[in-house]
Amino acid sequence: MPQLAAETFASQLIWLAITFVILYLIMSRVVIPRVGGILEDREARIRGDLDKAEELKADADKAMAEYEARLASARTSANQIIGEMKATMATETEKRRHEIDAELSKRQAEAEVKIAEQRDSALGSLDEVAKQATAALVERLTGSSDEDRVARAVASVGEGR
Amino acid sequence: MAAGGHSPLAQFEIKQLIPLNAGGVDISFTNSALWMVIAIAAATLLLTLGMRGRAMVPGRLQSVAELSYEFIANMIRDNAGSGGKPYFPFLFTVFFFILFCNLLGMIPYSFTPTSHIIVTFGMALVVFIGVTIIGFAKNGLGFIRLFVPSGVPIALLFILVPIEIISYFVRPISLSLRLFANMMAGHTMLKVFGGFVISLGFVAGWAPLAFLVALTGLEIGIAMLQAYVFTILSCLYLHDALHPGH
Repeated sequence: MPQLAAETFASQLIWLAITFVILYLIMSRVVIPRVGGILEDREARIRGDLDKAEELKADADKAMAEYEARLASARTSANQIIGEMKATMATETEKRRHEIDAELSKRQAEAEVKIAEQRDSALGSLDEVAKQATAALVERLTGSSDEDRVARAVASVGEGR
Repeated sequence: MAAGGHSPLAQFEIKQLIPLNAGGVDISFTNSALWMVIAIAAATLLLTLGMRGRAMVPGRLQSVAELSYEFIANMIRDNAGSGGKPYFPFLFTVFFFILFCNLLGMIPYSFTPTSHIIVTFGMALVVFIGVTIIGFAKNGLGFIRLFVPSGVPIALLFILVPIEIISYFVRPISLSLRLFANMMAGHTMLKVFGGFVISLGFVAGWAPLAFLVALTGLEIGIAMLQAYVFTILSCLYLHDALHPGH
């Protein structure tokens, strides 16, 4: 069995040691730092990307919240403006209505005064006409007329009216 | 799987390629040494060529390098604990050295350095001595606790402690024998069935040939499995050294 040929042992062990140490040096100095480095880099990169994504998501959430807050405030201010508008319009209309009412009642009062004047004047001239007609009638019947008596008679008749 | 030899064991013969002598000791560059050199060259090539790009998104070869890195790293973390991290380069080297020696041995006419007990024993002895030194360096004399199972009646200890001590010192032998025997048996069997193919000839030789094909697949599996087993057992021994009070 060649495995038991002791004279080859020294050579095999020497070359085992040489090749193993060389491989160990290559692995520990070159291969392992390189592979380990790239794995760490990748992990760091992935972690960084995840962190960034998280950050961006937070930003987006913040922007969304801000947008919603602004929308809400815009809505309230719009409602406020509408309310104010309604109130002003209501007071304005009320004022106008009052003005028109006042104007109308003034004109009505004026018209009533005028009507009363005209009626008074018409009534006044009626007395005069009645007096003259009575005086002319009395003169035609009696030949003479006393103005005072006529006036009294007409007045007494007028009082009965 | 070497051709030419008549015996199935002829493939394991050590042949001097460059005779060398140091102080009366024969340290010739042999076919075994040649295939060790080829193995470390191939391992280096695979792991450096793959990482040449250092791409953020790994290519095929880079994936192989990264996966083997993480494979060994996880193996150490799971079996030896976080204290095993400083020994990662050594165990990584052990794995790739054995893996490439085993796999390259599957090439016809090549030589398998790990089919020699002296090579596997040399590696097992380095692991054993290293682990023992680590055990004493980390725990001082507390490392002795490894031989005293906890929670056992005193009477039983008189039996158990010698058993523990023997099993500890048998470790390098079992570790080296396992790898050596697997490699040698597999290669011998391949050679024997190869001989059958020739002797049975064109008519009946097909049956052993088919078996040979299947066996080659199995042997490639064993080549990888034994590299894994050697490394994981080293991890477990390291675990004992780091945490002796189990």
